Amino acid sequence: MTTLPATTDRKLGLVIDLDTCVGCHACVIACKGWNTQNYGAPLADADAYGAEPVGAFLNRVHSFEVQPGDGPAQIVHFPKSCLHCDDAPCVTVCPTGASYKRAEDGIVLVNEDDCIGCGLCAWACPYGAREQDPVEKVMKKCTLCVDRIYNDTLPPEDREPACVRTCPTGARHFGDLADPESAVSRLVAERGGFDLMPEQGTAPVNKYLPPRDRDTLDVLAPLLPPVDEGPKGFLGWLDRTLERI
Amino acid sequence: MHPAPSLIAFSTLSGLGLGLLAMLGLGLAPVAGLTGLVFFALAFALAGGGLLSSALHLGHPERALKAFTQWRSSWLSREAWLAVTALAVMATYAALAILAGIVVPPLGGLGAALSLGTVFATAMIYAQLRTVPRWHHWSTPALFLGYAIAGGTLLSGHVGPAAILLAAMSAAQIAAWVAGDARLAASGTDIATATGLGGRGAVRLFEPPHTGGNYLTHEMVFRVARRHAVKLRVIALLLAFAVPVAFLLLPFGHILAALAVLSHAAGVAVQRWLFFAEAEHVVGFYYGRRLP
Ligand code: SF4
Ligand code: SF4
Ligand code: SF4
Repeated sequence: MTTLPATTDRKLGLVIDLDTCVGCHACVIACKGWNTQNYGAPLADADAYGAEPVGAFLNRVHSFEVQPGDGPAQIVHFPKSCLHCDDAPCVTVCPTGASYKRAEDGIVLVNEDDCIGCGLCAWACPYGAREQDPVEKVMKKCTLCVDRIYNDTLPPEDREPACVRTCPTGARHFGDLADPESAVSRLVAERGGFDLMPEQGTAPVNKYLPPRDRDTLDVLAPLLPPVDEGPKGFLGWLDRTLERI
Repeated sequence: MHPAPSLIAFSTLSGLGLGLLAMLGLGLAPVAGLTGLVFFALAFALAGGGLLSSALHLGHPERALKAFTQWRSSWLSREAWLAVTALAVMATYAALAILAGIVVPPLGGLGAALSLGTVFATAMIYAQLRTVPRWHHWSTPALFLGYAIAGGTLLSGHVGPAAILLAAMSAAQIAAWVAGDARLAASGTDIATATGLGGRGAVRLFEPPHTGGNYLTHEMVFRVARRHAVKLRVIALLLAFAVPVAFLLLPFGHILAALAVLSHAAGVAVQRWLFFAEAEHVVGFYYGRRLP
């Protein structure tokens, strides 16, 4: 049924650190790679070498610029995949039951054999987390790498989502957000993790950690004694020699 | 939202057809004899043709039967049930009236309720979406029902009532456009809440995730130039309401009536194009949409 479970035993999800992400898109590629070679229909590209390439991705990295009233602008790289919402509107609109939320761990999935490709769930998601596959014409979305996290044939260190495993800066964390003692829950509490578009009422499980304040100028900076501005070493010699000519 | 031709054809044709079916069910249009046959044939062609064109929108039309399973939660599934039962009940009603000459008013009443229920369910598919603030309002089903009833009245040839309903609908449509224009800004969703970074300063998209388009930008980040939208609104009002009313006020004749109907249908199609094209999905904020 595409009615939502009243509660889920666990709330598996991601915590994404906007302070650490450097916008390298490694998670985008790892996600595309894993999900093209594993569960479900491969994530296709259409017109890949043509004028208008288009393809299905389950995770994308946007970049935003934040301009505070005073001080320098800051670039924030912003990875975005399905937030595995507690009140997932994408699930309840589905006419076929293809979209569902698992009661045991809260993962939102699509049963591709039941999907008629109506696209309504993608309309219902405020975050743009669902994309129809251009070749298979079924709805694709982040599976939270359900075929890795429970996969006994993988070495234990690989039993986490591909995007988390690959991130070179450790900006993506995976865990159970229903357990207040889990590493991800403590991270959210310590760093002030927040929801995206809380007013949409989706109650997302995934949380985002804000960028830390940095690059602020010392207010007393203009009063500090000037540093020696004369060049030293080779440049200093060059400078002095050129002065003499 | 992307104004897909299949969806525009679907909602325009099925709205008119189901409106006419409701009139036939309520006995407000001729149901017996050859005239009845023509009316039923027209209504079924419009409603059935519209519903078929909606199937063209599906990625997997061969699995369409699965869409009947989730009526407890999904308006799209309810629409499928209502459409099929409406057509089945009205087909029985029509067969009895035309073949046996027996008109069963309760059956017709049920068919009329189911026909309008189908229109309501279609509208609720859009109105339920909080992600599209312009649609997320009671006026969406009200407007869809109004169009179906006015169109049905026009198709069944009630000159006076049709003229009044069309005039009323033009006022309702203008009010809906004006109210709808303000709804995205009033929804509380913007780039600040989308990124959660609003508290730190003014946020703008610095770099999109990729240089080309994707399913989301094709489906949901459609933009119409404002000056085109204004022109199209005027065209929709003229075709859907002003021209048909003018024709209705002239001495009545079949040619004029047919022209009034065609003009109305064309106007509704333009209105439905705008209904999709002007609807702003909040995902646009991740792709650089700004509030007007
Ligand atoms: S992020 Fe979108 S697709 Fe994922 S559960 Fe929430 S509403 Fe559904
Ligand atoms: S596209 Fe597939 S998963 Fe999404 S609502 Fe339609 S049938 Fe359900
Ligand atoms: S959890 Fe898996 S499917 Fe989801 S974004 Fe990460 S790699 Fe992609």
